[in-house]
Amino acid sequence: MLSTLHVNKKIQLVLGLIMGIVFGFLLEKGGVTKYDILIGQLLLRDFTVLKIMLSAVLVGMLGVHFLCSLGMAKLHPKSGSIGSSVIGGLIFGTGFGILGYCPGTVVAAAGTGAIDALLGGVVGILIGAWLFVLAYPKLQESILNKMNFGELTLPELFKVNRWIVVIPVSIMLIVFLLLIYKAGW
Amino acid sequence: MDFLTAKQWSPYVAGALIGALSWVTFVLSDKPLGCSTAFSRTGGMIERLLFGSKVLDRPYYKKFAPSIDWEWMMVIGIVIGSFISSCLSGGFNWLWVPDFWSETIGNGRTVRWLCALSGGIIMGFGARWAGGCTSGHGISGTLQLAVSSWLAALSFFVGGIASAMLIFHVLI
Repeated sequence: MLSTLHVNKKIQLVLGLIMGIVFGFLLEKGGVTKYDILIGQLLLRDFTVLKIMLSAVLVGMLGVHFLCSLGMAKLHPKSGSIGSSVIGGLIFGTGFGILGYCPGTVVAAAGTGAIDALLGGVVGILIGAWLFVLAYPKLQESILNKMNFGELTLPELFKVNRWIVVIPVSIMLIVFLLLIYKAGW
Repeated sequence: MDFLTAKQWSPYVAGALIGALSWVTFVLSDKPLGCSTAFSRTGGMIERLLFGSKVLDRPYYKKFAPSIDWEWMMVIGIVIGSFISSCLSGGFNWLWVPDFWSETIGNGRTVRWLCALSGGIIMGFGARWAGGCTSGHGISGTLQLAVSSWLAALSFFVGGIASAMLIFHVLI
């Protein structure tokens, strides 16, 4: 692992910027900076979002786990719980349906001139994230740790080698992508 | 170089390249792609600017310090990247109300702005509650096979489909 590079804060800030430019470029070229395409996915009329996400997960998963097997990368799974991942996810989804962009695509949409994304979405997410900061101490005591499972990954859950999960999940993703393609969605 | 000025790429190609970008972020920066932490950091930076450094005592800022980091720079990069891409294809244009919204709900700017703002507030709150967004959980977390991310990503879409269906098929 390139540890000296990872701790060089200045270079990392520049790398973050460059990787963000590439990410924003790809989001725009993929079409997911457009409200119509994003809301089309939630209304199950347009499957562009799912095609992009599943392709990204498939390619990313194979590569990142391969890099881990070579010792060139380290996983950073987020910790979670039913109280945080599921309930927070449902709240997020509710907002997603109303706004029609997500936190990454809203920023990308703003870059293409979408004013509703910039003045509505970006400002709203900032306020919402800040309200969470205020509510955090209370939520932390009550609901966020309900049924906590920590930084668990599926291979750890099943106590198997990573590839025993990576390969079937890859096949599942390919089948799913083919089904979407065949259905003409 | 026609591909640079193309309006849209195949979603499979764009997606696969985002997957390949995640290899690079893991190797060069030891980090997964993600966006929503940058929002709470920015909120903290604004709060600090307005009310001084006593706000740093908030427990959440002890976990995620309100300062500029790799991910924050990445979010700035996203704006630049999509701006470049849309300028190259001629797709950049100032737009208040998206077409689909205009056709179904109306072309009023205030209504669209208020809905985007309130949706954003709910989403920002939910993103921090779940500890990530469609990028951090939906792509980066699921590709790492994190249990939290698979649960969160499924919940994003269950909630999103339910709320979009309610708005466009029941309320309108």
